[in-house]
Amino acid sequence: MNEFAFIFRNDFHPEAGYSPEQLQDIMKQWQTWMGGMAAKGQLANGGHRLGGDGKTVRPSAVVTNGPFAEIKEMITGIIVVKADTIDEATEIAKGCPILNAGGNVEIRDIVPMNAN
Amino acid sequence: MQEKELIPQLYRSEFRKITAVLCRLFGIEHISIAEDIVGDTFLLAAETWGFKGIPQNPAAWLYTVAKNKAKDFLKRNAIYNEKVSPAIQLASENTNEVEVDLSSNNIKDSQLQMMFAICYPGIPPESQIGLSLRILCGFSIDEIADAFLTNKETINKRLYRAKEKLKEDKVKIEMPPDAEIDKRIDNVLITLYLLFNEGYYSSSKNAVLSKDLCLEAMRLTYMLAENTSTNKPDVNALLSLMCFHASRFDARIAPDGELILYDDQDISLWNNELITNGEHFLNMAARGNVVSKYHIEAAIAYWHTADKDSPEKWEKVLSLYNRLLIIEYSPIAALNRTYALAKVYGNEAGIAEAEKLKLENSNLYHGLLGELYTGVDNKKAIDHLTTASKLTKAAADRKVILKKIEKLKAG
Repeated sequence: MNEFAFIFRNDFHPEAGYSPEQLQDIMKQWQTWMGGMAAKGQLANGGHRLGGDGKTVRPSAVVTNGPFAEIKEMITGIIVVKADTIDEATEIAKGCPILNAGGNVEIRDIVPMNAN
Repeated sequence: MQEKELIPQLYRSEFRKITAVLCRLFGIEHISIAEDIVGDTFLLAAETWGFKGIPQNPAAWLYTVAKNKAKDFLKRNAIYNEKVSPAIQLASENTNEVEVDLSSNNIKDSQLQMMFAICYPGIPPESQIGLSLRILCGFSIDEIADAFLTNKETINKRLYRAKEKLKEDKVKIEMPPDAEIDKRIDNVLITLYLLFNEGYYSSSKNAVLSKDLCLEAMRLTYMLAENTSTNKPDVNALLSLMCFHASRFDARIAPDGELILYDDQDISLWNNELITNGEHFLNMAARGNVVSKYHIEAAIAYWHTADKDSPEKWEKVLSLYNRLLIIEYSPIAALNRTYALAKVYGNEAGIAEAEKLKLENSNLYHGLLGELYTGVDNKKAIDHLTTASKLTKAAADRKVILKKIEKLKAG
């Protein structure tokens, strides 16, 4: 079994414009999707949701506001999923509710720290 | 009261108190000696009371005898230590003035300290439970063997090894410092949780004993909630969970010992006092911002005490199981989540999720599929239930499953 990182991206402030009911529904979709993975033993790590506050440090100690570069998208969260192959991980990612909300999921293999 | 009933009763209530105090006084290396002294005290009581009659205050009689025996031991031990180890000798100096303090405060403190010492991750969980039952609950080796569906020799060996390990690792009998309590209490709660489950989901035929295990687990958890330094949110959450489960004791077991499923239970047999206590402890658990798995399980158990079938209930339960699984995977939680999912989205959605769980060797997995296929595809339901009945180890469970199969075949 290998581990893959799911990196979620969506528009900056994706919550804007949703009604409380819609937000409630989005939360439910995420919970059901994550719970489904967890029930199948596929969730290696519940991961983190990332907020909109952020800074970026660049060479010469230049600090810019915001987690994003010049793109409109930002990373909204990250989780770690267990799967045999990247294709299997990709299949799992196809169920992610972010896809119904204009976002996307990047699937990356995790390289153990001690590997060359 | 006749001495025939009195001694077992005192054994159950006093053995653990005196033993905890003596363990603390003697140190972790002498647990067995503490047990033997208290055992001897009860033996002497049985003989003496048999021909002299029962003393006016039987518990005080036991305390006095145990105190004297403990002092004798310390004296003998001091003489022995003089020859072998000046260090131990120093520790047990002035044994003549040693006070064997059997006040209720010292009994409570000693029991709490023993709880932390026994729930030690260096010994396996079943040994922690076994030692807890022996030292903290005063169960006999026979009763422990019965609860674990094994024999006396196995339990004796298991407890012996555990005590040796505690001695080897020089585990201290003391309260952890305040800064460490949160971390150390985790382990105590895991053991108490397992102790409760051992009783609640017991495969032992002895229903009275199973209930006793649950009540003891609740008593010990309550001791933690009563003490200011250990009265933590997750302690209250666990206690709440235990109250909610225990509220169904009388409804879930038929007079003939048969298990009654949740859906078929007579609600009027649910214990309202325990449900109210459960709600109280759940409120107490909500202080602070930690959400442990006990909080979530208590919330699930709370919804199970609410009216039986409302859409809101199953939505909440599903959402809680999702959160629980994200914190910690367990096959039981995965199966229960799928059941809740079927209640919300229908049996066919439930079946599709269930078949991805990969738990083919579990009787509960086939039990769930049997349940979900009922009314959708009865032939498949019967197949799964038949597999479940072959895989299950508990006779009571098998009976319930066979009944369902019969019903399906008839219908």
